[in-house]
Amino acid sequence: MGILKPITQWAANPWGQNVPIHIAWFLIWVAATAGLAFLIVHAVYLRYFARAEKFEGEVPQMLAAALPRRIPRHSLAARMFHWIMAAAMFTLLFTAFLPRVGIQFDWVTYHWIAGTVLTASVIFHVIHASLWLDFWAIWPDKDDVGDAKRRVRRFIGLPAPPPRRFAKYPLENKLYHGAIIVTGLSAIGTGVFMMSRVRTVFFPRNPYLFSDMTWGLMYVLHGLAGVGLIALVMIHVYFAVRPEKRDITKSMIFGSMRREFYLEHYDPERWHPELSRPESSRTDR
Amino acid sequence: MAVIRDVMPAFELVQPTSVADAQKVLQDYRADAWIMAGGLDSFDWLKDRIKRPKVLVDLSGIAELRGIRTTAEGIEIGAMTTLTEVVNHPVIRDKFSLLTEGAEAAASPQIRNQGTIGGNVTQDARCWYYRSGWPCYRAGGNMCYADTPTARNREHAILHADRCVAVNPSDSAPALIALDAKFVMRTNKGERIVDAEDYFIGPDIDITRLHILKPGDLLTTIRIPYTWAGARFYFEKVRDRNVWDFPLLNVASAMQLSGNIIERVRIAVNGAAARPLRLKAVEDQVRGKPATASTGEMAGQLAVRGAIPLQFNAYKIPLMRNLVKRAIGGVEEAKWVS
Repeated sequence: MGILKPITQWAANPWGQNVPIHIAWFLIWVAATAGLAFLIVHAVYLRYFARAEKFEGEVPQMLAAALPRRIPRHSLAARMFHWIMAAAMFTLLFTAFLPRVGIQFDWVTYHWIAGTVLTASVIFHVIHASLWLDFWAIWPDKDDVGDAKRRVRRFIGLPAPPPRRFAKYPLENKLYHGAIIVTGLSAIGTGVFMMSRVRTVFFPRNPYLFSDMTWGLMYVLHGLAGVGLIALVMIHVYFAVRPEKRDITKSMIFGSMRREFYLEHYDPERWHPELSRPESSRTDR
Repeated sequence: MAVIRDVMPAFELVQPTSVADAQKVLQDYRADAWIMAGGLDSFDWLKDRIKRPKVLVDLSGIAELRGIRTTAEGIEIGAMTTLTEVVNHPVIRDKFSLLTEGAEAAASPQIRNQGTIGGNVTQDARCWYYRSGWPCYRAGGNMCYADTPTARNREHAILHADRCVAVNPSDSAPALIALDAKFVMRTNKGERIVDAEDYFIGPDIDITRLHILKPGDLLTTIRIPYTWAGARFYFEKVRDRNVWDFPLLNVASAMQLSGNIIERVRIAVNGAAARPLRLKAVEDQVRGKPATASTGEMAGQLAVRGAIPLQFNAYKIPLMRNLVKRAIGGVEEAKWVS
């Protein structure tokens, strides 16, 4: 447990055992600072140092003529999931951390209700993505790795061809999704058990479900996932409001993106929207 | 379990002689400072070596925090005024006997000689799991040892529990709420005045404190307006022994009657939750009704609505119901006749 000591708070339980009780609260500020530092560094890099985006090959003009003006990207169900999850996530973060920084209110009830909404929406998402969407569209594949190598080489000044245009989701998007899976499921998994420590409508309180050490580690994991989500959500919001990502953000509201943006950034071979059903796409996330 | 060692951990003792000086120290040290009024709660914590402040701010040398003054609007009680002084004050006895009864019900004569009104309303919870230094919610941990299937929780909360089930132990607090008192505090933003009922908070708002004082804040004065002077008062405290014990429950009410019809009423109970509860729903229901046993019966039923007993404190529900009933309808029907 040595690695946990500096980032956790410990106490002696009634049996004299030293057990972790939760994360050290300074991690809230560490996460917020890390998130903010990322935004600043990224924004400065893009503003002053980044070269213009360049992809392999040309935009196929023949295809452009065959495409509608708007390219469907996210189905209504996928968009609803996203925004419900976002509302639940913001509620969870505000209710978890505002009281820790001195803004006191009745947070527990809102927290477990938002947690329940998030859990239900994630269960829906997993089923929806597994059965109705292209499950693998959000997972990195070997083309992503190849393109990542090209981009890294070009970034550090080594010779490499430009990367290919993206599939439906760029590698960064897929990695972010992976990070959200790890932190989100950690928070949800531990949070469901932690609900047995408070009075909810779901099950009777049972603080003896686990040993004090297990409970302590569960609180620590919940806390670490929570502060991790602070940074991740800050980064997500930052990219959502960046001007060059505006088309992607709008597609999460309206469901579709401009044809020009699609042709400029996406490879029709790797992501070919189902144009016959404008309100749905099997590659949705 | 904590062992009383009688040797307090080392701290710096500061004995300011003015509120301004005290506030300066409190602002400087904030969470590292411990405010000591009469010392009756403080010495428990310190001798058990559970609280280990860097600085102890002893308020006993601040003359401006002592004494009872009458004003055009009512009376002002300095936070460092002892409970005995409150009990013996002629104006309080004459016009606000509810507070006299509440203050006199606290602890023992010796403790009332030393204990202050400010300390009585600001004292910490008496939950023994918490007082033993275990890492419960109130101590910053993640567990309530009193709310488990085998816990000893006879004295704990039946209402508004939220993870922590400790109760507020003050006897003067419900009397002050019933008298519509105002609490005057010095904060880093200046003077702040709140209604007595808003001075107290439950675990839903802050699980580590029973009141709204934040590090650096200081309760200076309690003001009682003449609004309820001479009203019909009722105070009753139920405890395991009739002296030197904390309340299992207490009730305080102030009523203004027209004939036997309740025109205005304020009623509060303590020992049922982590904060003294003003029973607004009860007040609304009994207003305009006769102050009789049947009205009291209805009030009692309403008062305990939503109560959730723990393993060993279900008795508090009928107890609170009957206390509220007696506060509204009087105690004639309950007198011994033998």
